[in-house]
Amino acid sequence: MKKSVFFGAMTVAALAAGAAAAGTLDDVKARGKLNCGVTTGLVGFAAPDANGEWQGFDVGVCRAVAAAVLGDPSAVEFVPTTGKTRFTALASGEIDMLARNTTWTFSRDVDLKFEFVGVNYYDGQGFMVPKALGVSSAKELDGATVCIQTGTTTELNLADYFRTNNISYEPVPIETNAEAQPLYLEGACDVYTTDASGLAATRAAFENPGDHVVLPEIISKEPLGPLVRHGDSEWGDVVRWSLNALIAAEELGVTSANIADMGAAAGDNPEINRLLGTEGTLGAMLGLSADWAKNAIMAGGNYGEIFEKNIGENTPIGLSRGLNAQWTDGGLLYVPPFR
Amino acid sequence: MTTLSDPPKGGFRVSILINDTRYRSYTFQFIALIALIAAFAYLGSNLLANLRAAGLNISYKFLSEPAGYDINQRLIEYTSQSTHFRAAIVGILNTLLVAVVACFFATVIGIFVGVLRLSNNWLVNKLMGVYVEIFRNVPVLIWILIIMAVFVAVLPQPREFRGDDATASMFLDLFAFTGRGFYFPRPYFAAEWATGAIGWLTIIALLIASFFGARALAKSAAATQEATGDRPTTWYFTLAIWFVPLIAACVIMGLTWELPELKGFNFRGGIYARNSFIALTFALSIYTAAFIAENVRAGILAISTGQTEAAASLGLRPGRIMNLVILPQALRVIIPPLISQYLNITKNSSLAIAVGYMDVTGTLGGITLNQTGRAIETVLLLMAFYLIISLSISAVMNVYNNSVKLKER
Amino acid sequence: MTDTNTTPVAFVRDAMLAQKTPPVTNAGIVGWINKNLFPNPFASIGNAFSCLLTLVSLLIIYKIVAGALPWFANGVWDTPSLAACREVLQGVTGGCFSVLTERWNQLLFGFKYPSEEYWRPTLAFIGLFFAAAPVLFSKLPRKMLWFTAVYPFLAFWLIWGGTILVPVMVAVGFIVGYFVFAHFEKQSFAMGLIGSVVAAVVVWSFAGYITDPLSGVLALEPVPSRDMGGFMLNFILGVVCVSLSIPIGILLALGRQSDMPIIKGICVVFIEFIRGVPLITLLFVANVVLAYFLPPGTTFDLILRVIIMITMFSAAYIAEVIRGGLAALPNGQYEAGGSLGLDYAQNMRLIILPQALKISIPGIVNVAVGLFKDTTLVSVISMFDLVGMIRGPILASTEWNGVYWELFGSAVVLFFIVCYGISQYSQWLERQLATGHR
Repeated sequence: MKKSVFFGAMTVAALAAGAAAAGTLDDVKARGKLNCGVTTGLVGFAAPDANGEWQGFDVGVCRAVAAAVLGDPSAVEFVPTTGKTRFTALASGEIDMLARNTTWTFSRDVDLKFEFVGVNYYDGQGFMVPKALGVSSAKELDGATVCIQTGTTTELNLADYFRTNNISYEPVPIETNAEAQPLYLEGACDVYTTDASGLAATRAAFENPGDHVVLPEIISKEPLGPLVRHGDSEWGDVVRWSLNALIAAEELGVTSANIADMGAAAGDNPEINRLLGTEGTLGAMLGLSADWAKNAIMAGGNYGEIFEKNIGENTPIGLSRGLNAQWTDGGLLYVPPFR
Repeated sequence: MTTLSDPPKGGFRVSILINDTRYRSYTFQFIALIALIAAFAYLGSNLLANLRAAGLNISYKFLSEPAGYDINQRLIEYTSQSTHFRAAIVGILNTLLVAVVACFFATVIGIFVGVLRLSNNWLVNKLMGVYVEIFRNVPVLIWILIIMAVFVAVLPQPREFRGDDATASMFLDLFAFTGRGFYFPRPYFAAEWATGAIGWLTIIALLIASFFGARALAKSAAATQEATGDRPTTWYFTLAIWFVPLIAACVIMGLTWELPELKGFNFRGGIYARNSFIALTFALSIYTAAFIAENVRAGILAISTGQTEAAASLGLRPGRIMNLVILPQALRVIIPPLISQYLNITKNSSLAIAVGYMDVTGTLGGITLNQTGRAIETVLLLMAFYLIISLSISAVMNVYNNSVKLKER
Repeated sequence: MTDTNTTPVAFVRDAMLAQKTPPVTNAGIVGWINKNLFPNPFASIGNAFSCLLTLVSLLIIYKIVAGALPWFANGVWDTPSLAACREVLQGVTGGCFSVLTERWNQLLFGFKYPSEEYWRPTLAFIGLFFAAAPVLFSKLPRKMLWFTAVYPFLAFWLIWGGTILVPVMVAVGFIVGYFVFAHFEKQSFAMGLIGSVVAAVVVWSFAGYITDPLSGVLALEPVPSRDMGGFMLNFILGVVCVSLSIPIGILLALGRQSDMPIIKGICVVFIEFIRGVPLITLLFVANVVLAYFLPPGTTFDLILRVIIMITMFSAAYIAEVIRGGLAALPNGQYEAGGSLGLDYAQNMRLIILPQALKISIPGIVNVAVGLFKDTTLVSVISMFDLVGMIRGPILASTEWNGVYWELFGSAVVLFFIVCYGISQYSQWLERQLATGHR
């Protein structure tokens, strides 16, 4: 698309125009970059490190998609979004996909016209309190001051939970996780509530994580997953199967260590062969190269590796797999077959 | 070369539309109108196309649906089952509350500082100058954030009031100053028939009656003075008119004070001013006070010393010079910028979102927008609200300006 | 008068007495203190009050100094984290300024601007002074205005990078437009204006064919605007929006003064609408609404959308300032211009606007200061300006969770230096312009 210099100048400053008719996949390929919406900073899920490099679990999904589509895991533009801006950013086309621990709900899927392509983390809303309060159950929180991230489903869950249990509380709405931490630590709120994974990530960032406990109650289901716009199924398929490829790779034992060998030539396991493109034409069906899944997995390893590297038990965040284990291990991860 | 007195040549040419001053303004206005309509049509068609592509529509139905979220500070009845519309009303009331309180404190501090800046005392003068410059030249958002952060970090939290080895205690057992806000004793009426609004309405009615009573008394005193030359001493009557019915009503209705008390996680009872409310009010007050101080100073300096001297030569006492000569003239200079500062406070109160105060930007433009995803509708409503407020304030200002305008003859 | 000289008097002094030194209490430092700080409290109530105020002020100053001094004196400048800093301090009061030495680059440039390119915005910043100087100080040589004209293109190239041909071609468009204007202007101002716009657009459209193949000429590493952040972002927004809004503000002010009802109506509605809503709602528009009004398929970056909205915002305020300047000119100026046979455009351009703009400069500068302060509001819509950097990445990081005073203090200092400097200039200018009016 030729443009005048004037608009060219504006492009450098800002603009990324694409033909309206073209699908997101073509746009991304033409642009050579994937615009991926993430949080403004939640350690473990998506946060810039000291060098300004984005790191985290959601970031891993973005990189995998970029690797699958463009062959380069670093060809991602990370767009930080808040609870308020994330949906408009996606709806208006500013970002191609949103990987910002967003809960899959009916109204978001149907009313806001988004397509959730899968679940990359099964979560639930929990409560964190200082140990010194001596609280052991959420039912004892009558009259407590609760910090909540506004614009999230947690806000609504909280209202429902306290209303059904007939407990009074004082909500303190906070825009970002970063602002919630000091308020909670200084004692301006007794309780901090968000997704259990977010609580773990937040707690890990504290000076003395041991002084705080996460209460046993999980008051909601929070399936978190990447989402794309309604009405562009090709692009939705690309993101969905990139995520599925990561999960399937773990199930099939494909890791970043052995993928070079496995992907070099067809092996014994036909599903691995199809996944890695040494057999069949799955990549071409998606409109991608044959080694799309191989690239996606090589970007940061399979699902398990990304999990362990960013939020697993050996990281400061220390989440166990729990519901997010493979179905063979008693978890909920169960991807449709690559066939 | 034609001369100016030549009549315009007859006949119509296209260039006449631009070159002839009789038609030129019509041409330009026509072009402007077309351009405006074209711009609106363009934006509107884009909007429609975008909405159609996204499968969305413009609808205000969400306003009558349950909001689903709780609001901590509500001046009217509100639960999470109330509608989004009601949530917006709660937010509007919170905005007005913070704006009115901040305007009051900003005026008080501003006048105080403005007068002190004119003081002969060098140290006070300079100190006030430093205050004004520091607060005027740093963004109000930073002040709001600093004050909130310091408020939360420095003041003791309720947990420090707890237990036998509490490190903090209530002031006089009446007030609790915590990092979560201030708790004050709350007056209420114990008598059964006077609980709720009725008691307060009675008090307000009494105060209005006392006001008219006191005025009547002053009038009759003035009439006596006109007639006899002596003004009867009435101040104890005035005091009685103001206070006797009030105290009597309070006793009859059983005025009692509800004291804040530490129960469970928080103080309960009493009036609770939230930390976000206090931080926002305080920051807006001291920031705007710096501007008001400058207005006050300019207003007083604008009155030439000749006025004071002329008044003094007429034999007026210093107090009366201030009241009758200087202030009426200075107010003419001070009030217009003062009102626009009030407008600024109202607009700046939208920064409440930075400290989580639930004003209309927090409810309608914040949580409702987030939960319903109705960005265009909510932002339009939000703008309409602020527009109504500021247009009313400017209307008030125009009325005032007309009433104090120098009557030129 | 009686004739006093004829009769002899007993004593006549024939020499002046030497001047006595004033009493100790009235002269020198003691006298100054007596006069300005502690006037005799028994003389009047006002004096007593003044003494009291002095004591209170001294107490306040003592409190501030006593609180801040150890904090500065014991400040720690070289630890990698807050925990390490607290360990060094061991409970002593002291500031952890190491957050500034650790993260200064993020505070100033945001966390994504490539660090080896920091010299570019720095150079652009220094250039800003040279570009602004001839506009602000009329005594400087007029030749410096050439640099001012070149500066926007230079600064664009320095900050955003890419080939220098892009800004050069934009500049060429302007130059060609100017020549076309100068050519047609003799016939009609409107024709000149239309002609110049057409010519510029033609140049810009063709320039695309030149710059695209030559994108490597004098190219700096391009930096997308999304990577701008920190104090630099505040500066970019402030400078760009104010400069863009001055021409728009002039047009709006002229429109509001005009006697054409439709044009006047459009301008009044626009100005009053913008001035009636808080900037934050306009930023919400930029953030969540504006995208819906753009042609389907195009997406402007957030920073450009924000620039559009802030420019509209400041244009409305600047229009009101300029309207004040226009109103302050005596009617005789308009009439004198008209009687010389100047048409509206010439009258405005040659007679009215130069004078009106000159007296509007202090007001414009005040708007600019206010706008520069308001650029911090972009942090509310998740842009990482100085305040956004502090509230977001830095305070959320494990290392620096809980460092408020040092970070916000540095933000206060940065903004104070800039805004106080500019407002001092504006006051100086007001004094310069005020000569002869009193």
